[in-house]
Amino acid sequence: MSPIHNQGYRRYVGERAASGRAWMVIASSGLRSLFGRRVFLGLLLVSWFPFFVRAVQIYAAANVPQASFLAPTPAMFRQFLGQQDVFVFFVAVYAGAGLIANDRRANALPIYLSKPLTRAEYVLGKLVILAALLLGITWLPAIVLLAVQIAFAGNLTFFRENLFLWPAITLFSLVEVLVVSASMLALSSLSNSSRFVGILYAGLLFFTSAVYGVIFATTRNTRFSVLSFQANLERLGDAIFRQPSKYASPWPLSLLILVALVAASTWVLERRIRGVEVVA
Amino acid sequence: MVSLDRVTVAYGAQTALRDVSVTFAAGAVGLLGPNGAGKSTMLKALLGFIVPASGRMQVLGRDVAVSPLDIRARVGYMPESDAHIPGMNAVSCVAYCGALAGLPRADAMQRAHEVLFYVGLGEARYRHVETFSTGMKQRVKLAQALVHDPDLLFLDEPTNGMDPKGRDEMLELVRDLAHDKGVSLILSSHLLPDVEHTCDRVVVMDKGRVAAQGGVEALKQPHGQLYELRVKTPSGATAFFVDRLRGAGIECHEADQDVMRVFVPGDGGARQLFALAAAAGVQVRHLRPSVPTLEDVFATAVGER
Repeated sequence: MSPIHNQGYRRYVGERAASGRAWMVIASSGLRSLFGRRVFLGLLLVSWFPFFVRAVQIYAAANVPQASFLAPTPAMFRQFLGQQDVFVFFVAVYAGAGLIANDRRANALPIYLSKPLTRAEYVLGKLVILAALLLGITWLPAIVLLAVQIAFAGNLTFFRENLFLWPAITLFSLVEVLVVSASMLALSSLSNSSRFVGILYAGLLFFTSAVYGVIFATTRNTRFSVLSFQANLERLGDAIFRQPSKYASPWPLSLLILVALVAASTWVLERRIRGVEVVA
Repeated sequence: MVSLDRVTVAYGAQTALRDVSVTFAAGAVGLLGPNGAGKSTMLKALLGFIVPASGRMQVLGRDVAVSPLDIRARVGYMPESDAHIPGMNAVSCVAYCGALAGLPRADAMQRAHEVLFYVGLGEARYRHVETFSTGMKQRVKLAQALVHDPDLLFLDEPTNGMDPKGRDEMLELVRDLAHDKGVSLILSSHLLPDVEHTCDRVVVMDKGRVAAQGGVEALKQPHGQLYELRVKTPSGATAFFVDRLRGAGIECHEADQDVMRVFVPGDGGARQLFALAAAAGVQVRHLRPSVPTLEDVFATAVGER
């Protein structure tokens, strides 16, 4: 005779994790959800296309004498990360715009915050989703490219001569990912519509660049590049990679503006991520 | 289980809870009151969503201001408004909530299946929550509040938007949890029958204050006697007699047609009514003791009668 299973409510006697790990649940669930979408996987694949082009370049420079002019330089790595900016934009919009906006639309915040997790943990979980994806198309291919150079060259000469490269790749990728992720999350917390958030983010990038473009066209002065979100990142990137910059603005000022942007994003998130929305 | 000590909560200039001191015992306690009475605010304050302007709160022996995470690990919350984790089917959504509450992933998934069967969504557990009806969403909200097996449940208007059958089933679930499964709960509702059906004790809120509290049966035992009364006056008008009754300290409310419900405080009872009628020259045509309902308690507490 088969046993009869009671499908009523039973008390739980298993183990419970200590609080402080919920951000990992949020991050892993969010990443699983995104990797389950074919469109997103396609976007990631396309994001790695420049990597394959650069790998072929490094291979040719190492193995074909006529192609020695393609030999990698620190500037090449800087250019590579610059080229990835367009994919950073698309991944940030696709994966980031709905991270909080969708939760707001579904009124999920009271559910999240009624569990043993803090608001900071919630934001951290969401931040890790976007940051992991963005690092996967900036830091990871750049570091792998460095490893590819060593593998194809068969020696550590380039790596030794440019020891600053891997910390520079890491630092710039982290700065870019942090600024982009924090801004996107802050914008995502401002609306219930992920489409609107995407438009807001595009507006932030294009509007600030357009303002700088107009001022530059009239003054021919690149110091006003501090007005542009993207130009500040580029200016800082050039400084980190020890490359001459096309902007005359001082890099510490760009750094200060980016820090202020992250601080403003944090302030917005602190105001918007609440278990209860108070309309005073 | 839960205690508030002189708690005041304000949203800007609007005070939602005014110097509230109340204790919720274990078991099922109803939090009753009209819209805007401060019921939801109290639950949100107990969860730490709102920081009170003054006062102290304790849940399950822990101070809300000091250990909100420890409290939330042992409390389940079913919010009043439509709420779910977007982009998930029911079982993933509930399992996710279990994992957020600290359950290992496999345990959370097993509990999610069990709890969804318990709330009556076993067959629909692989459907996306967005496609659910209002009643089904209410059940998912209950399931996510239960998945981590809380010691205490905060249910904010759990029958909102449900059809009569679904409402009855939800109330049966709540009753079963409180009386047969050993889960203490606070049921916030403006629906008297919901509270009367499921709860042993009740706290009546009005305008941010506790208007009455106690056992449901005890509160329904008034310090006096309630009667249905019909009278005949020489002129046909009863207004002057109602005034006399009220002048004697008797509460008087019109019920159906010419029948009044009168509450005679103290031990005077029917004798006092007959005496007043005789003095006014009024014939008593109908007099029957009436059983007070929780509605009477509620209405008296919030000053509607």
